[in-house]
Amino acid sequence: MPLAAILALAAGTYAFRLAGPALRHRLRLPARLRHLLSVAATVLLVALVATSALTEGHGFAGWARPAGVLVAGILTLRKAPFPLIVVLAAATTAVLRLLGVP
Amino acid sequence: MYSLWRTIDRGTLRDIALVCLADAVVGAAFGAIAVSGGLPPWVPVVMSLLVFAGGAQFAAVGVVLSGGAPAAAVAAGLVLNARLLPFGFAIGDVLGGRWWTRLTGAHLMTDEAVAFVLRDGDPRGRRVTFWVCGLGLFVAWNAAVVLGAMAGRGIGDTAALGLDAAFPAVLLALVLPSLTGASANNAGDTGNAGASGKAGNAGKAGTPGKAGHMRIAGHAGEAGDTRSAAGTEKAGHTGKSGNTALRRACVLGAVVAVAATPFLPAGLPVLLALIGLVLAVRAPAGAEVS
Repeated sequence: MPLAAILALAAGTYAFRLAGPALRHRLRLPARLRHLLSVAATVLLVALVATSALTEGHGFAGWARPAGVLVAGILTLRKAPFPLIVVLAAATTAVLRLLGVP
Repeated sequence: MYSLWRTIDRGTLRDIALVCLADAVVGAAFGAIAVSGGLPPWVPVVMSLLVFAGGAQFAAVGVVLSGGAPAAAVAAGLVLNARLLPFGFAIGDVLGGRWWTRLTGAHLMTDEAVAFVLRDGDPRGRRVTFWVCGLGLFVAWNAAVVLGAMAGRGIGDTAALGLDAAFPAVLLALVLPSLTGASANNAGDTGNAGASGKAGNAGKAGTPGKAGHMRIAGHAGEAGDTRSAAGTEKAGHTGKSGNTALRRACVLGAVVAVAATPFLPAGLPVLLALIGLVLAVRAPAGAEVS
């Protein structure tokens, strides 16, 4: 992987990151649009959860991973401490794989 | 610095530390995969410092290692990172007003940092949370990538440890309270319960669908400590309808993203989730926001 490619990816990524913080003061966004943007951020995060839990490449990720994430969801709603949520999610997936679940 | 540590509570600090640890393991795996695939060690190291986005780094290296052109690797990474653009508009205020804090803070913006910020209600707390999470992740991620690149093949299989479940689990744990929190006040509201019931069934076997069901089961938390992500402060009295609309938008977005994954290049399905916003557009229009 040539350095130029890394620099191109880095520059593009940084531009995506900087656009919001740099422009949002100048653009004077109306309250409704600002509200919509924060909804958009949550929608994107939830979609990221769903796709990274259920899919791998273009296919299904197998049952072990979504099962772990489901455990995380249940524990979150039960107000479990954050470390416990993450550790039990990974442990669920790991144990299922150990048992031969894909 | 002293006042900085007083504005962030121990719980948040502990949560951030755990996320740093989990990401460090993934970072070490990234360094090891890149080097054992045949890339020189400086590639994953420089890439992590300059790009600092795990998903895009894995995608780009994956394309190159499978024989793809560097331009294709760049394109794959950029599509994945396009979501950072709306993130920046949503939480850009936490970077502060000075130009140099915006320039450095922008580079520290990651999914995890955004999720932590959205979970944190108090404006001053949000800012500290962002910087602690951003800097902590930057140090942990890059140090781990260096170690992984040096260890090469020595790093074991992260899938066997279930670490691929940790990333979605972390994000879910951070985002879920904002979807259920504000509605706790009207837990008995039949209209609200009906709406999320529908949302729950709509999610085809997806995590969000299940989440919908659990909420109705009566585990919605107190709204006190979990401020809604969707800027309900701004929306003011739109609380209930805004939260229901947010939930619907999230479920629709997640279903669309998962359904599109088999057909679109990586990264695009998540962006397509923004279709879910059509369900959120109407809510704030109903209740006048000044």
